[in-house]
Amino acid sequence: MSVAGHFAYAVTIFLMIAGLFIVIARGNLIKKLVGLGIFQTSVYLLYIAPGKLIGGTAPIVSESFLVYSNPLPHVLILTAIVVGVATLALGLALVVRIREAYDSIEEDDILTADRAAGDAEL
Amino acid sequence: MGVAAHLPALQVVVPLVAAPLTVLFRGRRIAFAIVLLACWAAFAIAVALWLQVNQGGTISYHIGSWPPPWGIEYRVDRLSSYMLVLVTGMGAVVLPYSWPSVERELPRERQYLFYTMFALCLTGLLGIAITGDAFNIFVFLEISSLSTYVLIALGRDRRALLAAYQYLIMGTIGATFIVIGIGLLYLQTGTLNLVDMGQRLHAISGHRPVLAALAFLTVGLSLKLALFPLHQWLPNAYAYAPSAVAAFLAATATKVALYALLRFYYSVFGESAVFQRLPMEELMLVLALGGMFVAATVACFQTNLKRLFAYSSVAQIGYIVLGLSFDSLTGLTGTIVHLANHAVTKGGIFLLLGGVAVSMGGVTLTQVQGLGRTMPLTSFGIVVGGLSLIGVPGTAGFVSKWYLILAALEAGQWWLVFLIVLSSMISVVYVWRFVEAAYFRAPPAGVSGVREAPLSMLLPAGLLVAATVYFGLETSITLGAASEAAAAMLGAGR
Repeated sequence: MSVAGHFAYAVTIFLMIAGLFIVIARGNLIKKLVGLGIFQTSVYLLYIAPGKLIGGTAPIVSESFLVYSNPLPHVLILTAIVVGVATLALGLALVVRIREAYDSIEEDDILTADRAAGDAEL
Repeated sequence: MGVAAHLPALQVVVPLVAAPLTVLFRGRRIAFAIVLLACWAAFAIAVALWLQVNQGGTISYHIGSWPPPWGIEYRVDRLSSYMLVLVTGMGAVVLPYSWPSVERELPRERQYLFYTMFALCLTGLLGIAITGDAFNIFVFLEISSLSTYVLIALGRDRRALLAAYQYLIMGTIGATFIVIGIGLLYLQTGTLNLVDMGQRLHAISGHRPVLAALAFLTVGLSLKLALFPLHQWLPNAYAYAPSAVAAFLAATATKVALYALLRFYYSVFGESAVFQRLPMEELMLVLALGGMFVAATVACFQTNLKRLFAYSSVAQIGYIVLGLSFDSLTGLTGTIVHLANHAVTKGGIFLLLGGVAVSMGGVTLTQVQGLGRTMPLTSFGIVVGGLSLIGVPGTAGFVSKWYLILAALEAGQWWLVFLIVLSSMISVVYVWRFVEAAYFRAPPAGVSGVREAPLSMLLPAGLLVAATVYFGLETSITLGAASEAAAAMLGAGR
């Protein structure tokens, strides 16, 4: 196996770690969602890349085609993309509501506001 | 083929169809009626499936008549039918309660959406329990998770929004870890059917991608089941969600995630791979103990009762995972029986707390002062639930702890018996904090006209409290089912 043969995996893992890092390191709620999007997208690559064979065709039974690509990962990822879109949409909707309620989308500000409110409650 | 042959599909389809119907009609009354019908129908189906499995063994249902491993298979065995009855049963009890509760907690025009989301959440949880397809588990997990985020965000407090957001981030990371794990397994085996995957993995259980898949699945599912220290999302989510949601989630969501973990460990990897290639036994033991002690100790310092019992949930999940770590029949039986016992106990407590929130306007320890006088039935119920959390004989919690202790003795780990008893002592502390406030303090000044929660809320809660005691005395149903399920799981792995 050559380095070039593992190129897709290298990209996948880079995106995976970068996405997860953004989610953890950033305090801005929107940026967190961006990181989450990158993290999820890296998984699409993890599924799709091994499904493709260079020179492979769609799995049509015929004398002239001998190498087939596997279509199943693509179908799975189509579902995963829909899930990802729904998650992102819901996440953004929650951020809109949070901004209406707290007037901020910085996690630190929100937690400070909550702490102040919590002290007032006691 | 009669209807009976299609019950596995109907189990998921009935609540799934109910969800869009509620959006079409929009009225809160009709939405409630539709989802209630769907919920009770799902419960009836689950019981019917349970009886079928008891008589005829595992049911394999081929969606669209495509045979596995190519088609999607719904597979109902002893453990999944046990989970189906548990989830639909809790749904059937919580939903009637949610009508008076939601009426008080949500604005009218949004109430129908609560029922939509409830139906979707139920669909997802049932789907996880019934499916025999790895990718299907992920899809159903996301259906239940997304609807859960919305349900939590419906809470009145603005902190509910942040809790929902944090759960969304954590939950999505967990779900993505699960897809990565499933993806690695698919790359190694070329199949998504769990049974088929398990057979093919036997030959290659030492390959590194398989071990990586095991690690990803463990972390992802541990996030979803709130295993210490991945439980950070849980306390706020339970504390600020509408009461009915907190009760339903506490009783079902984490339990179904644990079911998925068991399914992957025993049906797919086979215990040989899980417990011999990696030090999973030790890892699970340490994390379980962490939950049992750290989370229980944190619970003792909470002033909001919902948060207190949420941390107690994390501690109880510790017990559930502890049973898993023994890798023995007794231990697994303890795990499975505690799934149901804790669901019933904690569901009852959260339902009662919902009633307190309605009558007293909140559930902080100062607000429940004198509750023993103002709401005697409710506080008695919470105390019974608390006794079950401690594991007092005569309550459901005792049965599960007894099995955990037996498993520890079987394994010759005397020190563990001591630790189990010690962590129960910590539960005494946090339950006592409620007892002290409710029975030994005078009601706060200015609350004179407080009465019990309405009967429509007390009845479902009372039913669960009664079940807590019933399953503590009459153990043949839960324990019999749990030991059979455990034996079937271990048999499949060997």
